[in-house]
Parts: sequence; C-alpha cells; structure tokens
Amino acid sequence: MLSLPPVQKLLRQLPAGPAKPPVGGDTAEEVTSPVLATEAGQPACYSALQVDELRLLAGPKPAVATSTGPSLRHDDLKEMLDSNKDSLKLEAMKRIVAMIARGKNASDLFPAVVKNVACKNIEVKKLVYVYLVRYAEEQQDLALLSISTFQRGLKDPNQLIRASALRVLSSIRVPIIVPIMMLAIKEAASDMSPYVRKTAAHAIPKLYSLDSDQKDQLIEVIEKLLADKTTLVAGSVVMAFEEVCPERIDLIHKNYRKLCNLLIDVEEWGQVVIINMLTRYARTQFLSPNQNESLLEESAEKAFYGSEEEDTKEPKAEAASLAKRKPYVMDPDHRLLLRNTKPLLQSRNAAVVMAVAQLYFHLAPKAEVGVIAKALVRLLRSHSEVQYVVLQNVATMSIKRRGMFEPYLKSFYIRSTDPTQIKILKLEVLTNLANETNISTILREFQTYIRSMDKDFVAATIQAIGRCATNIGKVRDTCLNGLVQLLSNRDELVVAESVVVIKKLLQMQPAQHSEIIKHMAKLTDNIQVPMARASILWLIGEYCEHVPKIAPDVLRKMAKSFTNEEDIVKLQVINLAAKLYLTNSKQSKLLTQYVLNLAKYDQNYDIRDRARFIRQLIVPTEKSGALNKYAKKLFLAQKPAPILESSFKDRDHFQLGSLSHLLNAKAVGYQELPDWPDEAPDPSVRNVEVPEWTKCTSREKRKEKAEKPFYSDSDGESGPTESADSAVPHAEPESVSEESGSSSSSSSSSGSEEEEEEEEEGSGEQSEDKEEEEKRPKRKDKEGSRKAAMGSAGRYPLGKRGAPAEPLPALITPPPPQPIPSSSIISTSLVTDLEGLTLTDTSLTPALLSPAFGAVRTYELLHRMAGEGLSVEYCFSRRPFPGDPHMVAVHIQISNNTDAEVKSLRVSEPKLLSGMRIQEFPEIERLAPGDTANVVMGIDFCDSTQAANFQLCTHTRHFYVSIQPPVGELMAPVFMSENEFKKEQGKLTGMSEITEKLTLPEKCRSDHAIVQQVTSAANVGRVPCGADNEYRFAAKTMTSGSLVLITLEQREGAVAQLTVNSEKMVIGTMLVKDIIQALAQ
Amino acid sequence: MIHSLFLINCSGDIFLEKHWKSVVSQSVCDYFFEAQEKAIDVENVPPVISTPHHYLISIYRDKIFFVSVIQSEVPPLFVIEFLHRVADTFQDYFGECSETAIKDNVVIVYELLEEMLDNGFPLATESNILKELIKPPTILRSVVNSITGSSNVGDTLPTGQLSNIPWRRAGVKYTNNEAYFDVVEEIDAIIDKSGSTVFAEIQGVIDSCIKLSGMPDLSLSFMNPRLLDDVSFHPCIRFKRWESERVLSFIPPDGNFRLISYRVSSQNLVAIPVYVKHMISFKENSSSGRFDVTIGPKQNMGKTVESVVMTVHMPKAVLNMNLTATQGSYTFDPVTKVLTWDVGKITPQKLPNLKGLVNLQSGAPKPEENPSLNIQFKIQQLAISGLKVNRLDMYGEKYKPFKGVKYITKAGKFQVRT
Repeated sequence: MLSLPPVQKLLRQLPAGPAKPPVGGDTAEEVTSPVLATEAGQPACYSALQVDELRLLAGPKPAVATSTGPSLRHDDLKEMLDSNKDSLKLEAMKRIVAMIARGKNASDLFPAVVKNVACKNIEVKKLVYVYLVRYAEEQQDLALLSISTFQRGLKDPNQLIRASALRVLSSIRVPIIVPIMMLAIKEAASDMSPYVRKTAAHAIPKLYSLDSDQKDQLIEVIEKLLADKTTLVAGSVVMAFEEVCPERIDLIHKNYRKLCNLLIDVEEWGQVVIINMLTRYARTQFLSPNQNESLLEESAEKAFYGSEEEDTKEPKAEAASLAKRKPYVMDPDHRLLLRNTKPLLQSRNAAVVMAVAQLYFHLAPKAEVGVIAKALVRLLRSHSEVQYVVLQNVATMSIKRRGMFEPYLKSFYIRSTDPTQIKILKLEVLTNLANETNISTILREFQTYIRSMDKDFVAATIQAIGRCATNIGKVRDTCLNGLVQLLSNRDELVVAESVVVIKKLLQMQPAQHSEIIKHMAKLTDNIQVPMARASILWLIGEYCEHVPKIAPDVLRKMAKSFTNEEDIVKLQVINLAAKLYLTNSKQSKLLTQYVLNLAKYDQNYDIRDRARFIRQLIVPTEKSGALNKYAKKLFLAQKPAPILESSFKDRDHFQLGSLSHLLNAKAVGYQELPDWPDEAPDPSVRNVEVPEWTKCTSREKRKEKAEKPFYSDSDGESGPTESADSAVPHAEPESVSEESGSSSSSSSSSGSEEEEEEEEEGSGEQSEDKEEEEKRPKRKDKEGSRKAAMGSAGRYPLGKRGAPAEPLPALITPPPPQPIPSSSIISTSLVTDLEGLTLTDTSLTPALLSPAFGAVRTYELLHRMAGEGLSVEYCFSRRPFPGDPHMVAVHIQISNNTDAEVKSLRVSEPKLLSGMRIQEFPEIERLAPGDTANVVMGIDFCDSTQAANFQLCTHTRHFYVSIQPPVGELMAPVFMSENEFKKEQGKLTGMSEITEKLTLPEKCRSDHAIVQQVTSAANVGRVPCGADNEYRFAAKTMTSGSLVLITLEQREGAVAQLTVNSEKMVIGTMLVKDIIQALAQ
Repeated sequence: MIHSLFLINCSGDIFLEKHWKSVVSQSVCDYFFEAQEKAIDVENVPPVISTPHHYLISIYRDKIFFVSVIQSEVPPLFVIEFLHRVADTFQDYFGECSETAIKDNVVIVYELLEEMLDNGFPLATESNILKELIKPPTILRSVVNSITGSSNVGDTLPTGQLSNIPWRRAGVKYTNNEAYFDVVEEIDAIIDKSGSTVFAEIQGVIDSCIKLSGMPDLSLSFMNPRLLDDVSFHPCIRFKRWESERVLSFIPPDGNFRLISYRVSSQNLVAIPVYVKHMISFKENSSSGRFDVTIGPKQNMGKTVESVVMTVHMPKAVLNMNLTATQGSYTFDPVTKVLTWDVGKITPQKLPNLKGLVNLQSGAPKPEENPSLNIQFKIQQLAISGLKVNRLDMYGEKYKPFKGVKYITKAGKFQVRT
C-alpha cells in the first residue's frame, strides 16, 4: 500500500475533472459527464441501478471520507471505482480483492463496489462478484440492490451467463431473497442447458443452509434433477441430496441403475459423492453377500426344503434365521454396482480409489474384496497426507481381512525418512498382518527398527513386538527373549518401554518366567525411568511367590532409596511391601514398617494416604475390622492379563474413508452405515418404465450443445435423433461408420433394453424379434428412441475402429471379446443363468462389438413342418459357455406353434463322435402354445466340423436333429500384440500356413467392411496392426487351444492375399474358404 | 464441504484466506498452530485436526500449509486430493507454488479458487478448462494488459466444461504439431546391511506434452504391455480399450499432463543399478568413528549412472566429519547433521569412494544405529522395467505430428541400511 502502483500514480496526475468523486446529490454533473453519456448508450450495464439507487450508493461516502487514515486510502479506491475507465476499476478491484485475501476488512467499500456489478468488463464483474459474495451477508440492504442484475442474468440467452448469475445469486447469503432464489433454482432445474442445471444443483444446499424450511420444495427439485441423465448434473445433484435429504433413500430407487451406468463418466469429485451414497443405499436394499457362507453347508437340506409349519409356529424368531439360510443369490443390481465401480480403482484421484475401496469393503462378497488391496497399496506412493489417511483405513481393513494385504506386506516396510506418524501407522499395519508364517520376517524387520534414531518410533516398535507376542503364541518366547535383550540397551526409553511390555507379557504366564523376573529385579540397580522401575516393582510384588528370595532383597534396596524415588515408584514400593508382608511376613515385617513410616511423612499426600490405608489393611490391630482378614485376597487376587489389541479394532462400524472413521468419533453430519437387512426389500422398485421420447423438443436443445457426446451418450434429453450421432465421435476420419455406428448403438440398446424390461414385456418381445428381418427400419426407429432413455447404453463406441473391444471386465479375469447374439436369444432364463452378466453388461457389449457383427446367422434345427408345429432354431452366440471353456455355446430357440402345450422338452441320446461332449439344456417342463423358449447348450466339437447328432424329445415325440458348426465357430478370440502375433506366426510356417489370393468386391474394400466380414465368418479377435493395408486376427480353437492366426493383406486395388496360420491344417483350409466366401459376398 | 481455506507459511503467518460459505475467523487456525507446535517437525503435523466446531484438514506443500476448514462429514481424502490439485494448479500457473508467487498473483489465485470450488464443492479442476477461464500470467501479457487495460479473464465461454471431453479445450492450433512422452521410472528400494534387497519396486509415470491442433485421437501401444498390471489413468484414457487390447487410446488434454502412472512390483523384475559398500563404525569410549563408503554400478544395461547424490542423516552425537572423496564433493551440515555427497557420474574403472573420520561429541554414548544412506541417481535413455513404447497412432486429424519418447530411470526412495 505504501509504494503506490504505477496506475495509482497515474491517477494522481490525472486532471481532477473526470476522477472527481461524485458527491451525493450532484446528479446534474453526472448526467453531463462523459462517463454517463457513454454508459447511457449501453443500458445493459447500468440500467440495473436506477438513478435513485446511485444516489443512495453515493450517499454514505462523504462521511467515510472524513474519517480515519485507512478510509482515506480507501477513498482512492472509491475514486477509481467511480471512474469511467475499466482499467482503473480493474486496478481498484484487484487491490480490494488482495485486501480480502489477506483478511483485511474492506466492507466500507461496499456501496462503491456494488455499483459495478453490471460492469461490462468481465474481469471487473467477476471480481465484484467475489466481493459481493464475501460481504453481502454483512451489508444485506445494499446487497439487495444488485439482485435485479442477477435476475436479468437468469434470463440471458447465454447459458454461461445464466449459470453464473444463479451461482452468485445463490451465494449471497441474504435471507430476504430466499423466495427469489427458490424461484430461480426451480426455473434453472428445468433449463435446457445441463450446465445451468448443474449450477441449480449446486445452489440447492446453499439455499438449504440459508433457510431449512424450504426443504420440501428443495426435495422436489432434487427429485427432478436426480432423473437427469447427464453426467454433468449427476455428481452435483447427489451432493445436494446428501446435504439436504440423505434419509430419502426412496428417491434413489428409480435412478439407481442410471447412476451406476453413468458413474464412470461423471467427473472425479462427483464420483466420490455418488459412490459413498450408493454404498449406503446398497446396505439398505440388498442382502449381505457374506451372510450364509457357513450356514449354508450345515443346513443345506433345511435351507432348501425348509418346512413351512416351523415357520408359522414361531414366525418372528425363525424368520430372520431362515432368511439367512436361503441360498444367497446376489441381486443383479448389487452386482451392477460392484462391476461398474471396479474400473474406478484405476482412477488417478486418490479419493475416488478410496471410495471404491470402501464400497468393496462394505458391500462385496469376501472373495472379491481382495481387488482393492493393490489399488490402496498404490496410493501409498502418493503425498504423505494421502498415505496417512490410506494407512488408517488399511489398518482397519487389515484387522478384518488380513489375507487381503498379506501379499503386499513389504510395501509397508518402513524407511528411515518416513515421518513418524506414517511410521507408526505402517507399524500398526505390519502388526495386524503378522501371522504364524510371516512373523519371522516381520520380527527381523522390527529388529532393524529398534535401532532407529527416532525414539518414539522405537517405543512403538517395542509395543508392536509385544502385540505380536500376545497374538502369536509360537513366537512369544522369542519375543520375550528379544525384549529381555533390549533391557540392556543403552537408551533408557527403550529399556523402559521394554519393561512395560514385558510386564504385560509375563502376566499371561508368570510361572514359566521366574528367570526373567529375576533378571528384571537386577535391573532396579541401573534403570532410572520411573515408569519402568514401577513396572518392575509391581511384577516382583505380584509374583513374589516365584522369586521368594529376591523379593525381600529388592524391598530392602528400595527402602534405602525410598526418599529419592519418584511418586509412582514410591507407590509401587508400598505395594510391594504390603504384598510381601502378606506372603512372607517373617522376613519383611520390619522392612514394611520402615517403608510405611517413611511414606507416612512423605511430601505427597497421595503417598501418605496410601501408607495409612495399607497399614490399616494389612497390620492387624484391635481396631481394624473385618477387612483385615481379606487383605490377602484383596492384594493378591488373580488379575486378568491386559489384552494388547489394535486401536483400530472395530473402527469399521464407521464407513471407511470417512472423516468419522479417521477421527474414530462421529463427525457432524455423518450418516450411519446401516446394517444389512434380513429380508431383501422389493427389487422391482428400481425398475424403470421407459418413456417414449418425442421429437419435438429435441431440435432446439441440440443447438445448445457445444460438442457431440463422446464417451457417453450423456445428453439424454437430446431425444431420438441423437442416437445416431452419439455413436459416431467427431474423431472419426472417414464417414464409413456412420451407418454402422447407428446400427450398433441401436442393437446395443435393444440387447440391454430387453433385459431391463423383461418383467414388463416378457414374451411379447420375442415375437417381435422374430419379425426382425421385415421390420428392420421400424425397429431401429423404436430402439433409437429407447436408447435416449437408456443413459449410457451406447457409451464407449470404440469397437467401431474395427477391433472388437471388450465388454466390461468380469469379476476376476477379463473374458476374451465375445460377440453377442442379437437380442432374440437372450431369454429371461438365460439372464438368470448368467447371474453376473446383467443389464449393462449385455447393454455394453453389443455396442462394442456389433460393427463387427452385423447379424447373427441363425440355423434351423427343426422346421415347423417336420416338427409338427414345433420349430427350433439355433445360433452360435460366441459367449463363453458357463462351466466349460471348451464348449461352444449354442443358443436354441424353441417355438411352440401348435395349439397344445408341449411338455418335458429335452435332449436325449446324443450320437457323438469320440471325444465330443454335449451339455444338454435343462429340461423345459412345459411350453404353452404360441410361446417361445430360449435355452443354451454347450457342445464340445473337439475342433472338428462333424455334426453333433441328438434327439429332441417332447412328451409325445422324438425328433432326430443335428448341429453342424461352421469352422469359424470352433474358436474363440485371443488378445495379443502385434509382436506376439508375428512371433507366433513365425512358428507356424510351412505346412501350417495356407495362403490364398482373392479379389475383393467393390463394396468390401473399406476397413470396416473387411473387419466385419471376417469377424462374422469366424469368431476371431483383431490384432492391432501397424500397416494400413493389413488386417490381423487371432483366435484359439475351443478344445485344443491351438492358435489360429489370420492375416489379410490388401494389395493394389482389389487384390488381396489371405494367410491363415494354424497347427490344425483342416481348420486352416476350411477357414480360408469360409473367409473368402464371406468377403466375396 | 470445504468451508474456508487458509494458506500459512512456515513462520506461521496466514497470508491468504478464502471463504466459500460464511466467513470463519482466522482464530480457528490457532488449533492448527497448537498441533504444529506439538508435532515439532512439519512432516508430523496430523493432516486432520478436530476442533470443537470445525475440522481442519491440511496439506504441506512447498513450505506452505494449505489449511482447509470443514464443518461436517466429508471424506478426508476428497479434501486432501483437492488441496493438492489446488497446489498443482498454482504450480502450473506460476511455475512454482511459493509464498511469493501466490502473493504476487493474489488476484489470479483468488479467481482460480473461485472457479475451482462452488459452495465448497469442486467445480472446475481441469487445467485446460481453468486456463480458458483465467489465462495464466506471462510477462508479455502483463505488459499488454497494463497498457490496454484488458484482463486475464477469458471472455469466451469455456467449451470444454460443456462437452463430454472436459479435459481438452476446443480450437487448439499449433504450427508445429508435437507429441512427447516421457517415461520416467523411479526405483524404490530398501537394501539391507548385507547388500541384499529387502524390498524393491518400480514406480513409473508417463508424462506427456501434447501440442497438437484440433481434436487428435491418439493410441499409444507398448511392446510389452503386460508389464503394466497396476496402473492408474488420466480420465481421458478409454478404460475398455486398455482392458481389451492393452492400448492406451485417448483424446489428450492440451499441454502437459500425466497420462498414466504404474507400479511394477514383483521383486525379481527390479534390477538395482548401483551397489554400495559401506563401513561405518563408531568406537566405544572414544570420540571418533570411521566412515567409508564406495558406490559402484551394477545391472545398468550398459548405460551410465549419472547425477549420483548420497545423503546421510548422521546421528546427533556426530560433531563433524573429516572425509576425503575420490570423486565429487561432500558437505556436512553440523546443525542438521546431514551429510551430502555429490558424486556425479560413476565410471566403472574408478569407483567413487568417500572415507575418513567422524568426530563425535566427547562423553556422549556411541550412537546405537548406523545411519541409512539415501541414494539418488539418474540413468538416461533407459526404463529399468523394460517398458517400451511401440508406436503412437493418431486419428481424427490430417497432419503428421512429430512424435518423441524419452526414457529415464531415477532413484525414488532408495535407501541402504547400514
């Protein structure tokens, strides 16, 4: 402030005229001044402040100006703010903001600043906002003057201005404008721009903190915004939900699946909030995945056929336990949550990783929790604050799930450069992880730590050794010996800590360790730390029977030095004396009297009191009452050994990763993590009806969008027309995939929709599918519209580049890319069969793969005529067959076109070549007329194209049928890099290589078409390839797992060369034929 | 969530405060100062402090404490991560995150904080978006601004925030299109007294500097992607593509950013490029000790080990050290008891050695423990894990970019116990 910046100097030199401060009342001058003349031309800026208001603003100024020094200096600022130059205003605002930043009071400038709220210069405006938000609370009346500007801003055609107006308006903490805010929020919540809606979500908690009476209305807005389908809004609205109405879990039901699906595309901070909220939600809606691991085995019989009578007799008591005994099937929505959060373990944001980790810890089945360990250990490399928090959480987890972190034991080893608080936490984790197998390694590591220079850390290490010794019986003696050795350490602190720990250990089995007690007795000569001396004396007193000769001697020594001891030591000397008097009064009677006499005249009243008290208790006199008789019992009672346990035990009743968990105390606003319910609440509450979207509103909304959606089709409101574009990112160089993109997305949504709506639509869907061929265009249209409602169904449309990308990672290992059959074959029964693969799994996969997989060829197994009304079709779904990786999954669709019910439909008498195996589908008990059933069967073709013959039986008839696989279905794609491909190809030359030249037809020359044709002909995965005109694919045969490598080299024009490398020459030859045929089509 | 933020320097001055909700008095920091006093060392200040009405969550970065005030339950990592993001942003804007830099640019700092947090909830934390909203200061711009009166605040709307690629700004244009990747690997290791490895792992990052026009869609593939089994990604990376093909496919942010960080942990994979022979002893009942350390190369794949520096925290009883170094120079600070030996390059023909006498405080007991040696080094053009970038492909744009990959291996937390 003292050295004036150049601008201010400049100001000083300015002619007095324009810079003259407007004094109250001289409106005439203002009107004539050039300042207002120019401003008048732009009503947008100044019309907010009427002339009256201006006068009002200018009013208080002269009074201030005449006051003290600092205000005088503020006067300069006021002058600058009133000037007509933006640069001066800016300079003034910058200085004011700098004052605010330093915590200096700038409130007296309020009138001068608030005038500029409508300034044209965007930076001045922003700084005025900063000022306004800071001081509006203190100067509410004046702040009201700015409101009209914001109200006008709320109607601005520009979405960013609308948003920023709402943001500032809601940040001004002036209770009087609550109704205005409420109105603004409601309006903004239905704004076209997702950015404005996001701001509305942010404004909700602001208003709520200002006036909690608005809660009901705000909940309505939250409910509305929760239904929003954009990733931009999701995080913010959940944050508002958590602040305003975290107990209204019912609002989440309908949005649950959508939130799960959007999660990966939400910004990082929103992810944290959503994951934490969903953890709580899941705890109220699903059953514990770990509830009946042990129960199931012992009472499996009962669980399945539990008698109903029992139930009714004692319904209340039995209900809970019976519910537990039911075989546990994870709710698909529960699985959905676990699956969709898992990739986020690889987020760069530690908070997100921690959020997912706690979600898995609280929600996942025991067997799956392990995945979080790796991610948490990775966080240990981060900043020390992050380490601190993560280690606290790891410490809690490691008590419950020790096995999880055991492989990472060494990551918790301590470096001498770690801060002490980190060292101690790592020590805690190491101690928790100690078990019989690794204890020797850990103890060796501890030995290094004991020599550390950081004495607090050494003390903690000794305690850790003590804990290991109590927990693991095997090493107790080793630890004890080690600790005894430490007794001769030069550092007293170390000795003292060891003594204390030894004392605790000895209490567990004193009889065996009289040697150690003797050793410790000797220490009294040297050791000076009062706590340690006291511990030794206590030990000797407590176990004086084990050291009958030494104990009186120690007392003798202590009696000598009694007067010089610390208070805690004196107390223990008295204790020792009393105990000895009771056990060995002959030798110690006089000594005890002596000690008690010394104590009687001690300076400390505690000691004097104790002495008197003990004398009365132990020395029998005529006055002493009944207590005397029990003195021995009182003093030498069995005392329980102290339990050395982690301070992190049972901390997991707090949600991990929360502030409350860290502090081990309930923080303000902490939401308890509910216990699992005994009975699962109705899962159907999460079902969403799909509204039909109309086209009319979508057009104008799209104009707002700056970018086409890329990773997700997050702009749900953009309606049906959007679905085509959304699958085609702007990055696409050629226009080839425009068509395929849209078809991909539509087929994808159909797949997922199918399941989502299975309850509603049921069999109706399938009949529709049968007509798919004829009704293609219509269907596409319909699906497009559905897609809009589906949220992220079409996200990650990456497979378009030709390479089949992969579905969401399954729980343990990512499966190879599996093309998905068109919707027709995913039956309801299949869905339940493939328990884990629910909803989005299927919704995502087709999106990834369908470009390479236009339509699944279906084959006829039994014609309607031959089957007397029963028609059976099959196709190769290219999914892994559950239970046997060598089997090809065959999807079979059976339709009953008769007018009678078909019963007990099953496979029988398979006639197979040697080696071939068949896994029949479960018997279909009945199939109503007009109904269709979908089943899956697995066939191991033994890598041959020989047909599998079997009978299809109904209750009345047998049909002989056979399934012959195209060679392309006998393999499954494998992932490999270009280099691996080349390496493998090098091994498979000569006889194993089949080369054929071919001419590509006109329509089959683009990347896309080639890849699609090849992948439809054979179940292969694309291998990334450097050269533009080469295509590589790889697969493994199902049974023997031998590699099949396909290379297609496009030469000039239409000529191409196809090479297939495979050990199985027959397969190779047939494959070449099939591919050429496919390409020629 | 986050109520207020105070920036405090090492001498305990609060030099910046920002409130996102009602104003919280500076006096709340007294609890922090109390904890700081108790902790003695700055590193040991607990990151979370509970006070009667608030919770303080703090980080320590570049000699500044960022103390945030919280009033209700919030995941502590959420706040810590955000504060680090703030510090990173300052670093990014001003080149350093120091007290002077913040004080000099207090207005920009304030504007940034305003944009980064709304009512305590993070709003825009992506550097690309922030830079569109608030332009970073440059000398040229500040000169121009002071003349023309224009501002650092962008008057165009940040398109990124509205798009589905929020990390990239729109309309990027370069005359030279370049993409550089630095594969930086750090070896964290604990070597025990006898020279065997107690613990070793590689912490790697790929830092990128992408200056490409338009909306490039890159895919980066590796020769040996299987090495990377524990990876964390920048949000721009398509996770699915990585899972299925082990290819990093992404639309990059503009400028510098960290693409991935990864950890290679299986111990036998980690080659330790140097060995240390040491002989440190303190004699009983005499005020001296011996110190003899030799560093030599090992498993360095034919590359030279450079910029070798050894730091040792000597025990408190050490008064001074009289050493001779065959190579490089050493300093011993008798106050902090830190010995630093700047070795430089290691040539296998003549191994660098540092030896001599240690003077101990007379009368003090001999130090219990030998100090551990912290080693730093650098190896150019080598990623010790063997990770190799195979190729970088660009889609979506027509031009041919210049591509570059640099490998470097460093010592991370590399400690030799003696």
